[in-house]
Amino acid sequence: MSAPVLFGLLGAALSAVGVYGLMVGRDALARILAFNLLGGGVFLVFGAVARRGAGAGFAADPVPQALVITGIVVAFSATALAVALLKRLAALRARPGAAPAKVAGAQAEGTKGRVQPGGDA
Amino acid sequence: MSGAVLFASADALLVVAVILPLFAVPVLFLAPSRIAERATVVVLGLSLLVALAIAGGVGRSGAAAASFIGGWRPPLGVGLRADGFSAFMLVMTAAVLLATGLFAMTTPGRSRAGGERMPPAFWMLLASVFSALNLVFLAEDLFTLYVALELLTFAAVPLVCLEGKLAQVEAALRYLLFALFGSLLYLLGVVVIYGLYGTLDIILVAREATASPGFVLALALMTAGMMAKAALFPLHLWLPPAHSGAPPAASALLSAVVIKAPIFLLVRFWLDLAPSTLAVAVAPMLAGLGAAAIVVCSLVALAQPRLKLLIAYSTAAQIGYLFLMFPLAAASSPWSALAWTGGALHLASHAFSKAAMFMAAGLIAEALGHDRIAGLSGVGRVVPVSLFAFGLGGLSLMGLPPAGGFVAKVMLLSAAVHLGAWWIAAVILLGGLLAGGYVLKVVVLALQRPAEPLVAQPVAHWREWVALALALVAVGFGFVPLEPSHFLFIGRPASWAGMVP
Amino acid sequence: MSLLLDAILALLVLAAAVRVAAGGDGFARVVAFMGVGLLLGLIWVRLAAVDVALTEVAVGSGITGLVLLQAAADAPLTREREVGLLYHLCAGMVGLVVFAALAVVVLLLPDPAPSLAPDVVRALPATDLGNPVTGVLLVFRALDTLLETMVLLVALIGVWSLSPDRHWRRAPAPLWPAPPSGALDFLARVLVPIGALVGIYMFWAGADVPGGAFQGGAVLAAMALMAMMAGLSPVPAIGGAGLRLAVLAGPFAFLGVGIAGWFLAGAFLDYPEGFEKTVIIAVEVAITVSIAVTLALLVLGPPMGRKA
Repeated sequence: MSAPVLFGLLGAALSAVGVYGLMVGRDALARILAFNLLGGGVFLVFGAVARRGAGAGFAADPVPQALVITGIVVAFSATALAVALLKRLAALRARPGAAPAKVAGAQAEGTKGRVQPGGDA
Repeated sequence: MSGAVLFASADALLVVAVILPLFAVPVLFLAPSRIAERATVVVLGLSLLVALAIAGGVGRSGAAAASFIGGWRPPLGVGLRADGFSAFMLVMTAAVLLATGLFAMTTPGRSRAGGERMPPAFWMLLASVFSALNLVFLAEDLFTLYVALELLTFAAVPLVCLEGKLAQVEAALRYLLFALFGSLLYLLGVVVIYGLYGTLDIILVAREATASPGFVLALALMTAGMMAKAALFPLHLWLPPAHSGAPPAASALLSAVVIKAPIFLLVRFWLDLAPSTLAVAVAPMLAGLGAAAIVVCSLVALAQPRLKLLIAYSTAAQIGYLFLMFPLAAASSPWSALAWTGGALHLASHAFSKAAMFMAAGLIAEALGHDRIAGLSGVGRVVPVSLFAFGLGGLSLMGLPPAGGFVAKVMLLSAAVHLGAWWIAAVILLGGLLAGGYVLKVVVLALQRPAEPLVAQPVAHWREWVALALALVAVGFGFVPLEPSHFLFIGRPASWAGMVP
Repeated sequence: MSLLLDAILALLVLAAAVRVAAGGDGFARVVAFMGVGLLLGLIWVRLAAVDVALTEVAVGSGITGLVLLQAAADAPLTREREVGLLYHLCAGMVGLVVFAALAVVVLLLPDPAPSLAPDVVRALPATDLGNPVTGVLLVFRALDTLLETMVLLVALIGVWSLSPDRHWRRAPAPLWPAPPSGALDFLARVLVPIGALVGIYMFWAGADVPGGAFQGGAVLAAMALMAMMAGLSPVPAIGGAGLRLAVLAGPFAFLGVGIAGWFLAGAFLDYPEGFEKTVIIAVEVAITVSIAVTLALLVLGPPMGRKA
C-alpha cells in the first residue's frame, strides 16, 4: 500500500466518524466537531487524489491543494458562525425563566417540528 | 475592445449578474445604515434588468451564453454559463427578491408600523443571498458551486434569527448544521469526481462520465447533500421552525427562492451530468421521496396551529412535486419535454405564491399580534388585501385554474398519464386536495364574522400590495400556453435533442 | 519504513478523532480535535502539500481550535434529547457504508491518475509566479478566492447580526476575562513581534515557495489575538472606519482589480500583461490584511455591549 492510498483510507475513516458524530451528537459542540472531522476527512481524500496526480515536475497536483486551502477557510467560517449561534443559544437558555416550557406561547410552538430522531444533525 | 462594449454583451452580463449584488455587500458594510434600504433596492432593481437582459440575449441567440473568469478556460479556469433554464431562474429570483426588498423597506417618513426597521445586516445578507443564488444558477464548476452553496448558507442562516429569540436561534443552528452536512456530502462527491476525471467543469465531466461505481457514488453523495439542503422528506425537519420563525421578508425569500438552489443543482446533476440510463434508474427513488413529502408534509400542515408553520410545512410538501418531475423528465420521450416545462413552471409559480403567502401571513400576524389559526376568524375584514393575496397564492398551490400551479400540474399529469406513471398522477391529484384542505381551512375561517370585535393594529397598505402583486404573478403563470417551452430547452445537453419541441 | 511511520500517524489521527466523537468534557474534546489538526498537518507534509499543511495547522487546528475552546464551556447548555440505541445503530451503519464506499473508490481510482498538473505547468509562466498553488488560487481560479473572501465577510456579518443594531459600534467581549499574568505578558511581548514577522514572511514568500495570504493572515490574526489576551492591546470596537476598511481590503481589491481587468485585459479578473506579478502581490497584500482582521474578529465573536 502506498502513502496516498493509506491516507485516502484514513480520509474515508475520518469522514465516517464525522457522519456518525453529526447524526448522534448529543450537544451542538459535538456536531460542530463532527462537522470539522468530516471536513478533515473530505480534504484528506482530496489530498490523496492530489498526491496521485503528481506529475509535470510537481510532487502533487496543485489544483486540489488550492481547493483544499479554500475549503479549510470556508470550514473555519462555518465553525465560527456555528459557535456564535451555540454561545447565543446557551446564553438564552441560561437566562432565568428561559426554561423550555416558558419560552412564551407563539415561539414555543415553533419548535414542535422536532419530535423524531431523524431531526438530528 | 472597449469596456463599454464588453459590458453590454450577454456573455459579460453573466459576470455582472454575480458581482453586482456581491459588490453591494462590502459597500453596505461600510456605508451608514440609513442608506442601506434604498441602496439595496436599487441594486435589486438593476439586477432584475441584468437578468432580463441575459434572458433576452439567450432567447434571441437561441444558444447558451458563456463567460470565462480571467479568460482561463476549463479545465484550469472557471466558466459561467446561462442556458434557458439558468436564465429563467435568474429572472424569477431577481423578481422575487426585488419584491422582498420592497416589502422589507420602511414606510417613508416614519418608522415601520407595528415593528422595527429591518436591521442593516438584513440588507447585506439579502444582497449576499442574491449573489450566491445567481452563482449557483450560472457556475459550471463543481467546486465554485460548493463555495456558492456555502455563501448561500452563511447568508441565509442568520436571517432566521435576526430577532434573536431562543426558538429562532435553535432553528438557525439546526438549519446551519443540516446545511453544512449537506455541503460536505456534496464536496465529497466533487472530490470523487475530480479523482475520476481530473476536471470539475460540468460539461467536461458529462462528456466522459459513465455509470461506473465511483461516479455513481459521487452522484449519490451530491444528491444526498442537496436533499438535506432542499429539505426533502425525511430530511425536512429543520425547515418548518427555520422558515416560520424568521421575519416575514426573510421567510419569504428562504421559502420561495433559497430552497430552490439545491433543486436546481439536482436537475443539473441528474439531467445534465448523469448518463441518461443511470438517471432513468434512479429517478423513481427521488420521485418516491417526493411523493412521501407531498402526502406526509401536507397532512402535517393540515394539523398546524399556527399560520406561518402551516405555510412552512406546505413548502416541504410542494418541494415534492419537483422531485416527481425527475422520472418523467428523464424518460427521453416527447412527453418528458412537457413534464420538464411543468416542473419549471411549478418551481416558479411556487416561488411567487409562497413569497406572497409568507408576506400576507406576516401582515396578518402584524395586524392581530399573533398568527394562531384558531384566532383568525374575521381577519378578512381587517386586512382584506393580504387575505386576497394569501388566497390567490393558495389557489396556485391547490392547482386550481387559472393559477400557474394549475397549468404546471396539468403538464405534469398529462406527462405522467402518457408515460404510464399512474402513481405519480395519483399523488399529484391527492396533493392538490390536501393543499385545498389547508388553504381553505384558513381562508374560510378568515372570511367568517368574528365572534367578538377584532382589535387590530394598522398595517402598511403598500406592503399588502407587494404581496398581492406577487400572488398575481403566480396566477399570471396560469396563462402560459399548455405546451413545452422552447426557451427552457435552449442550451440543454445534446442528449435532449429528441425531446426538444 | 516510512510507510510504517505513516501508518502510525494514521492510527494516531483515528484514535484522536474517535476521542473527539466519543463525547464527554467539552475542553477535552476540543483539545483532542486540535491534536487531530496538528497530526493532519504532518500528513499533509507527507502528501507533499506544504501549503495545505501550513493552512491546516494555522487555520484548521489553531484558529478553529480557539473558536471551539470558547464553545466548550457552553456545550452542556445545548444538549438535546437523548437518541435511542436503534438510532445509534442506524448512524453506525450509515458511517460504515460511507467508509466502505469511499474505501472502494480510493482503492479503485484510475491509474494513471488524471491531473491538472501539466496544465498548470503550461500556464504558470504567464503569471510570473513560482508557487503553483498560489497561481491556482489567485489566477486560474481567482473567482473561488474572491468568493472565499466574501464568505469570510458574510460569516462575520452573520456573527455580528446576533447582536442588536445598537451594539454594532461596540466591542466584542475579551476572549478570557482573567487578568493578564506576568508570564503571558512576557510571552506575548516576545512572541507577537516574532509571530508577526513570520506571518508577513509567509505571505511574502507565498508567491514563489509554500505560504501565502491565508497562512500568513492566520498567523497575523493569532498574534493580534495573543496581544489582546495578554492585555497589550484592547479589543477594538467594530464600528471604526479603519477596522471596517481593513476587513474589506481583500474584497474591494479583488473586485476592483477584477473590474479593471475587464477594461485593461478583456476579461473579469484577467491581469494586465506585463504587470501580472505586481498586481497579484498587491491583491495578496490586501487579502492578507483582510484575512488577518476577519479571522481575529470571527474568533472574538459578536459585539457584547462595551462601548469603545
